[in-house]
Amino acid sequence: MLSKIVRTIANQLILFVLIFGLYVIMHGHVTPGGGFQGGAIVASGVVMLIVAFGSTEIKKSLRESHLSIVESGGALIFIGMAFAGMGTIFFYNFLVGTPFFGGIPPTGPNPGNVWTGGVIPLMNFAVGLKVIAGLSAVVLAMALFSSGEEMEE
Amino acid sequence: MRQIVAWFALIIMVAVLITGALLMHPFGYPPSDMDDYMIANSQAETANNNVVAAVLFDYRGLDTLGEATVLFTAVTGVLLLLRALKKKEKNP
Amino acid sequence: MMQYIPYNIPFIAVALLVGVALFILVFKRNLIKIVMGIAILEAGVNLFLVTLGYRAGGVAPIYTVTPEGAMVLPVPQALTLTSIVIGVSVIALMLTMVMYIYRHMGDADTRKSRLLRG
Repeated sequence: MLSKIVRTIANQLILFVLIFGLYVIMHGHVTPGGGFQGGAIVASGVVMLIVAFGSTEIKKSLRESHLSIVESGGALIFIGMAFAGMGTIFFYNFLVGTPFFGGIPPTGPNPGNVWTGGVIPLMNFAVGLKVIAGLSAVVLAMALFSSGEEMEE
Repeated sequence: MRQIVAWFALIIMVAVLITGALLMHPFGYPPSDMDDYMIANSQAETANNNVVAAVLFDYRGLDTLGEATVLFTAVTGVLLLLRALKKKEKNP
Repeated sequence: MMQYIPYNIPFIAVALLVGVALFILVFKRNLIKIVMGIAILEAGVNLFLVTLGYRAGGVAPIYTVTPEGAMVLPVPQALTLTSIVIGVSVIALMLTMVMYIYRHMGDADTRKSRLLRG
């Protein structure tokens, strides 16, 4: 556990890192970014908390069973979106034209619109959840293994 | 003796790599037929402004499925290895 | 603007990176240094994939508020993204195995530990 100044700054900074990571994930079809990049940004924020507070403090809040459920849920949503367009072919984009997420942008350079893209924003969200849970679980397990002799339940 | 053979093999390998780098196409003018089709037709077919995201999730979605599987397998392997050592050390 | 770079300098840089990584893999004995050599090899291959699809005077392949110019090829950038994620997973698994060996053997040298001798 580091000194009091580092702990206070880490408490204030985790909010901005979380908001920026979720912005990069959700606007993945308009600006550069997407699922993998946004997931890596949020996982960096969690690693900053582990370094500032010590792994035995973070272990009380982030249990491993919850992270495992989030990661499996992300993988299942990804496969479900792929199977839902099975009427034509595997991985068919079946939301183009419907008012939920499908609006066709005009050809050429244009200011972007969030309600475009079909199935792709939902797939970005699923992959982002999977990357966040996976990388946080790996770093937490390594920090617990090398510091103390406590059981990782 | 092993050192001489290792140095010889390393120098031959680096020479082959540099020769291959000098024989590539001139930097900045790549051959592109498939990518011209994707740049021209990606806004009408996938309703997307980002061509890279459309290529990753629509035209080449099976590669992303394989990569998600590799990430899942690696995380499962790490968590499995770091748990078996604790149980073996508690019961000697 | 870069119009014509003589003698393909980015491809020679990739060949030098892969050469340095092969030198580390052949001649070093410590386990952590071998894992670092594999990481440099991954970086060299990703650099090769990105510089394969560059057009002279090109812009990013996104249609939102685009500046003037031809677009860079989008397919090698998608393949590089997949390759970076797979590299991170493989390095994480290798590092846990190195931690396991160090806890049991007490040493991270490939010529002194009994389990790793072939």
